Amino acid sequence: MSYLPALALKSAWNRRYTLGLTLLAIALSVAMLLGIERLRQDARAGFAQAVSGTDLVVGARTSPLQLMLYGVFRMGEPTANIAWSSVEHLAQHPAVAWVIPISLGDSHRGFSVVGSNAAYFSHFRYGDAQPLSFRTGRPFTALFDAVIGAEVAERLNYRLGQRITLNHGSGEIALAEHADKPFSIVGILARTGTPVDRSVHVSLEAIEAIHLDWQGGAAMPGLSIPAEHVAKFDLRPKEVTAVLLGLKSRAAVFAVQRQVAGFRDEALTAVLPGVALAQLWDMLATGERALLAISALVVAVGLAGMVAVVLAGLNERRRELAILRSVGARPRDIVALLTLEGLTLTGIGALLGVALLAALAWTLGPWLQAEYGIAPRPFSADLEELKLLGVVLGVGLASSLLPAWRAYRLSLADGLTPRI
Amino acid sequence: MSDSAVALDDLRFRWPGQGKACLDIPALRLGQGEQVFLHGASGSGKSTLLNLLGGVLAPDSGRLQVLGNDLSRLTAAQRDRFRVDHVGFIFQQFNLIPYLSVLDNVLLPCRFSARRRGRALENAEALQAEAGRLLTHLDLDAGLWRRSASDLSVGQQQRVAAARALIGRPELVIADEPTSALDTERQDAFLDLLGRECAAAGASLIFVSHDRRLAGHFQRTLAMAELNRVGDAA
Repeated sequence: MSYLPALALKSAWNRRYTLGLTLLAIALSVAMLLGIERLRQDARAGFAQAVSGTDLVVGARTSPLQLMLYGVFRMGEPTANIAWSSVEHLAQHPAVAWVIPISLGDSHRGFSVVGSNAAYFSHFRYGDAQPLSFRTGRPFTALFDAVIGAEVAERLNYRLGQRITLNHGSGEIALAEHADKPFSIVGILARTGTPVDRSVHVSLEAIEAIHLDWQGGAAMPGLSIPAEHVAKFDLRPKEVTAVLLGLKSRAAVFAVQRQVAGFRDEALTAVLPGVALAQLWDMLATGERALLAISALVVAVGLAGMVAVVLAGLNERRRELAILRSVGARPRDIVALLTLEGLTLTGIGALLGVALLAALAWTLGPWLQAEYGIAPRPFSADLEELKLLGVVLGVGLASSLLPAWRAYRLSLADGLTPRI
Repeated sequence: MSDSAVALDDLRFRWPGQGKACLDIPALRLGQGEQVFLHGASGSGKSTLLNLLGGVLAPDSGRLQVLGNDLSRLTAAQRDRFRVDHVGFIFQQFNLIPYLSVLDNVLLPCRFSARRRGRALENAEALQAEAGRLLTHLDLDAGLWRRSASDLSVGQQQRVAAARALIGRPELVIADEPTSALDTERQDAFLDLLGRECAAAGASLIFVSHDRRLAGHFQRTLAMAELNRVGDAA
């Protein structure tokens, strides 16, 4: 009967204040469910985007995952460094096309400082094999030149030519400052959506220079070498944190990995970025599943609330059902009416949830991007999310069959004369 | 086709799970266009009889012929269709769906029945116009038509219910204690209006009440106590 949807809508609108809270519960739970799924997808996409074209990441012997986390994502602390001689050795390997040395450990106002060389700007690739490009400026050439990522520039409102000082150690609250050796910004990179955006890049020599008068993580008392004198010292890097390797042929990757692991001078680890990421996903999968399960439970609670509200309202609506029966509504029309009502509620609740999530992603997106490097999309037609929405609607439909069945029983028992 | 609007013979009905019959009516006839008063105290089986006449319940045995149709031979769905096509109902109170406007309440039978819709359109160009015509006849101001049904007084609600029962000219109108919530003066006015409009529409009327004083408005009075051989049916 074509009039039923309109009737169901008007009936629901009539009880909009009671049903409003139910809608809110459904909307919040759907927003939570989809939000967790979207964060999961976007975090994965973000990680996968972070490095491309690098065949191996080499560092001191450690777990592959840890090496990947600090070498590429700037997360956690490196356990040990590798000697510069090892880097030179790797660069001369016949199968190796290029090496990008990476030296970590300093920071600038919470952003990590990356020491590297010109190879970083020519060989580093992210996303779909895209090279780094400059929004403005150029790579570092002079000793105290710095190139900053897009996020650093935006958040700290930095411009070319501005002078900044680096801090020893990482974190927002710096332990000690390399205040005597300021850097000037010579380049700002275009946004990449990767950890590069949140990095300050300087030359390996600069990293050596600011640590000349330091030992064991602290400035040596009584010894201070002014910036203008550092050029007199040997600034060739002695050690770095990690090396990104590009091979001439991908086919050699396992052979080179084995050779690196068997390197005689020093204990090294080489990881394939894809393999380490897969490990990361495996590790996170349990937590993700638990979160999804919890949010699925929250959705179930929301829908149970809806069923309870509709069921509780049914007794007051027995007259209404009798009137509908008197004007020719069949018992199955009554079932359809109640089912439509539940489905409409679930549908509107789910839509509200999608809108709520979009609003949240819109407002919290920049903060999440800055803090965690994840920018959730406001909208997504992702298959997994559509599936989840489908499941929510399906469960909503199934659970509204309960009040529908009760109404069916009532209208059969009451007929045209409800006993109230 | 028979000349009777309603013809019952040896009608028996027993509620499932109850040992004793609820209704046992040897015979009942109602002529077409006739208006009868059916007196019945509560517990006399009148609700059951109304549900049988409306096709909500089916008899266990006997003949139940309404407007020439043997209801006991129809399926439940066919009886639902028959009910909206041919019978208008007015209940005791709370006749209206609170979230629909007065007009939408009156038009409900036309939403569920093509026949009622078609017959309503014989009288007027639009359904709203026909509903308006009936409402005007029942002394309901055009200013009330768009209002929510719950804004109306009980007397007004009963007149809206009468308009709903009459729209699309069903052949039979069944009124179940429609005046019990009205004071005497309004009862008389309502009965006159209802009788007049049923006559105008050519509909037979079964008016059920426990209040014998209303019987004077009718050509014929029936009593459940005499019709039903089961004395104190539930």
